[in-house]
Amino acid sequence: MNNILQWVSNNQEIIYIVILMIFVGIEVIGRVPSVLHTPLMSGANAIHGVVIIGAIIVMGKAEADNYTALILGFLAVILGMLNVVGGFVVTDRMLEMFRKKK
Amino acid sequence: MTQHILNISYLIASITFIVGLKMLSNPASARKGNLLAAAGMTIAILATIFLYQNSETGEHLHNHLWIFGGLLIGGIVGTLAAKKVKMTAMPEMVSLFNGMGGACAALISLIEYNHISHIISYTPNSDTHSFQSTILIIAIGLIIGSVSFSGSIIAWGKLNGKIKDYSFSGQNILNLVILAVAIGAAGYIVVHPQHQLIFYTILLLSIIYGILFVLPIGGADMPVVISLLNSFTGVAAACGGFLYGNKVMLTGGILVGAAGTLLTILMCKAMNRSLKNVLIGSFGGGATTASGGAASGQGSYKEISLSDTAMIMSYANKVMIVPGYGLAVAQAQHTCHELEKILTEKGVEVKYAIHPVAGRMPGHMNVLLAEADVSYDKLLEMEQANDEFATTDVVLILGANDVVNPAAKTDPSSPIYGMPILDVELSKNVVVNKRSMKPGYAGIENELFFKPKTSMLFGDAKKVLQDLCAEIKNI
Repeated sequence: MNNILQWVSNNQEIIYIVILMIFVGIEVIGRVPSVLHTPLMSGANAIHGVVIIGAIIVMGKAEADNYTALILGFLAVILGMLNVVGGFVVTDRMLEMFRKKK
Repeated sequence: MTQHILNISYLIASITFIVGLKMLSNPASARKGNLLAAAGMTIAILATIFLYQNSETGEHLHNHLWIFGGLLIGGIVGTLAAKKVKMTAMPEMVSLFNGMGGACAALISLIEYNHISHIISYTPNSDTHSFQSTILIIAIGLIIGSVSFSGSIIAWGKLNGKIKDYSFSGQNILNLVILAVAIGAAGYIVVHPQHQLIFYTILLLSIIYGILFVLPIGGADMPVVISLLNSFTGVAAACGGFLYGNKVMLTGGILVGAAGTLLTILMCKAMNRSLKNVLIGSFGGGATTASGGAASGQGSYKEISLSDTAMIMSYANKVMIVPGYGLAVAQAQHTCHELEKILTEKGVEVKYAIHPVAGRMPGHMNVLLAEADVSYDKLLEMEQANDEFATTDVVLILGANDVVNPAAKTDPSSPIYGMPILDVELSKNVVVNKRSMKPGYAGIENELFFKPKTSMLFGDAKKVLQDLCAEIKNI
């Protein structure tokens, strides 16, 4: 019990962010017209590509002789980048079509 | 100093994500919002590479060559894939990219676990308690990331037709058992982090769960599944943020996790299904049993010729077009817009009725028609369209099926029972363009096709629309 309480108080900054972000996420998406559901899903898909930051950190911390970490990290960076770049480009392509609206 | 700049970069990136997502919710600013979020992402990535310092040792990141190599490969492949993909294949592309993000999160967990188990095995007397919360986060990231990865790959395969619906009896129970075992094993590994075998079992079980979870789900539920997996990956990314105390991963991940979950729930509501129902995957099981029984209720259908269709449409006051996946497959959006222009010139009022789950993703039809320059105010949402069907002379259904299936209202045993549909029957004439009498994506018969008001116009949507345009011009 004490452990949990301490953990919560040690990580309270993070817990605040989580709670506030949940509300921001709901608030931001709440007023989206159905027209934009697909681009929005795709845009959100690109944003969670932020996981690449973790991949970069893992990769950059790996010791030069730890090949498992190097290879897995390298793979993680590639996959994360695919998510980010692919996500943003696909979203942009979808939205490009909305631009010419009269 | 560098640490401060890094923190400020992360702050800027987080703000661009929130503002970007907000701007994405308005047609006028959506494109800028996407670019803004992309710019924020670039700042965060560059700042991490050059400014990140290990909190304990103060060391900067090394292996820059590897990092840039990975970024370059991922960037080039991602750009090419995203540029080359056809508009119709967009939904499965999103699903595929989502799976990549999930795999990335799972790999991070894998490497971090290896790192910790390394420390434990070399310092036998170390206190494993100090690792408990880290291991917990790693295990959660692993489970969610792997489920998202394998699930997205299956969803991708199903959407492009490579993987068929597959279900067996007791699958729901098996799914739950697998999930329960994976979670139980995660609990075990938190207390006993040295057991590597258990850790890899969790990875394996999560991948299997992801596959079995998406495999039986078919038809109208696919958009919901993609949206759900999207929010899963968001949460997996946030786990990484927890792990490194990294605020930008945390904000980005939770933001998407929350927004994606809400979007998923909104979609479930549009189909009158509960999330639990979708999660356990009962839809596929129900559909296979129901399709056997529904076949008996068939009657005869009548066909209509192109010239007759052209005739009734050009003398109508109001025509409503109901697009579906068939339109997307045939790439007929431009021809469809052409038809709309020709009819409008003849003084016919033309509108489009857009069902929220028409196509393979919510808004799929909107994107497609927007590509062909169809103006916004001609696109009616389901409620508006249903109010207007009574005053409509001709409804032209282009490759849509389940979203106009009256069984959703009349047949409680139908797997889509309760889903709101477009009430096309209220109009005077219904012309259905399909390639054949084969049932739609959900695999169920549509009695609408056998109604007296309904006529069938067989053929590829694009070809039929071109011929229709030519016929109408001649009248």
